[in-house]
Amino acid sequence: MLLDLRSPVHKARGDDPPRPPHVEPRPGPVLRLTAENLSIRRGNRLVIDGLSFAADSGEVLLLTGPNGAGKTTLLRAIAGFLTLESGKTALEGGDVEREIGEQSHYVGHANGIKLGLTAAENLEFWSTYLGGSAARTHRRDRVYDALERLRLASLEDIPAAYLSAGQKRRLGLGRLLVADRPLWLLDEPTVSLDAASVALLAGIVEEHLTGGGLVLAATHIPLGLGSARELRLGGSATASTGPEDTITMEETGFNTGLPSVEQPRQGHEK
Amino acid sequence: MAMSPFFTLLRRDMTLALREGGAIGTALGFYLIVIAMLPLGLGPDLNLLSRIAPGLLWIALLLSALLSLGRMFETDHEDGSLELLAIGGTPLELVAAAKALAHWLTTGIPLALLAPLLGILLNLDLSAYGVLVLTMLVGTPAISFLGAIGAALTLRARRGGLLLALLILPLYVPTLIYGIQAISGALLAGQSFWPSFLILSALSLGSLVLGPLAAAAALRIQLQ
Repeated sequence: MLLDLRSPVHKARGDDPPRPPHVEPRPGPVLRLTAENLSIRRGNRLVIDGLSFAADSGEVLLLTGPNGAGKTTLLRAIAGFLTLESGKTALEGGDVEREIGEQSHYVGHANGIKLGLTAAENLEFWSTYLGGSAARTHRRDRVYDALERLRLASLEDIPAAYLSAGQKRRLGLGRLLVADRPLWLLDEPTVSLDAASVALLAGIVEEHLTGGGLVLAATHIPLGLGSARELRLGGSATASTGPEDTITMEETGFNTGLPSVEQPRQGHEK
Repeated sequence: MAMSPFFTLLRRDMTLALREGGAIGTALGFYLIVIAMLPLGLGPDLNLLSRIAPGLLWIALLLSALLSLGRMFETDHEDGSLELLAIGGTPLELVAAAKALAHWLTTGIPLALLAPLLGILLNLDLSAYGVLVLTMLVGTPAISFLGAIGAALTLRARRGGLLLALLILPLYVPTLIYGIQAISGALLAGQSFWPSFLILSALSLGSLVLGPLAAAAALRIQLQ
């Protein structure tokens, strides 16, 4: 399967890679998520310091970095849970009347499923709650398609409490399939998934990208995606090596040779 | 369009409350035990019991309702649902209102309906049963909607339950006072039922508006 990676470099050259033929591109404006000079404080620590980046629809941006580098913090800030110390985020081409979080699927450490509800009821709830105006039968079809795809169809009537950790995770990821949201914020989405499920998730992510979606994924396990642009969060407070407040874009050999964005490594000695 | 997610959430919370049953059962059981113990502690003076029965039934109801308040947002916070509810596109105020309403429907109403049965244990005056249930049905929304504020504020506090009681019980004082006033107004000659009853209603209506607003503000801080 080909992965649609329309990175800025590709676009500038004008060689749009071919799309898999079976998925229709989603109509609508091209999205661009931008973060400008983002600083986020957790406790007394400035976890993210002067970070700027941009990502376009059809692109997956992998957030990497050691534990404590601020991957979760960055995703939660984009979703709108955290107050920014400085800087701003914007989703250009999105719905101006909605916050970025309201146009996002956020997959955090917890699965967001109710153990007292069956697998189908869990997805039906999120489908209705997130889906808004779509017709009821249509929503129901999508729920069962999602269960089928996530290999949970045989467990649809089982309370989620009896599912294994991996099955619960898959059920949580089912949200991505039952409600349309252009931006996906995935925080360690592969936790407790087996190899087959990781491949399944990679396929779902690819399809979303092909449809014009945008994915930010924090992970230190390869998602199984063939290639992706990487945003490396340093977490290191070493002395400044580059000019202040700039992003080092360098051609790294990571996977495909696509540009990787580096957080400025400035020292803020306090 | 904003109302459909509201009812979806309300229905989910009620389904969970009825299916799991723990919270309702605990509240009703606690209410029963407290009231059953009172005559044992106070002695078999029927006139005394009859006189203080409305007050005891009201206070025990407040304490019973308090037991399940702490879980209002806690389970959703633990399993990650609360974050998703917050970015679902529905205002957090409506989310808080739906959860408080679900609490009232699954805890406030059952407790209010159990009260007359327990009144028998306290030799409650026969003419007081109707007005007791009426004041409780009208007064209990304030318990759930004001309680939502405390539940949201103590969401991430360890042993939040005790803190919740300290924060919220004082807010219940007006409801308690006017609930009891309305009952005695209806029973005793020379006193009036309506002024107290209308104030009791006003307290509930006010809490319907203020509770979700304050709870949503507290939840936003808790999600940081």
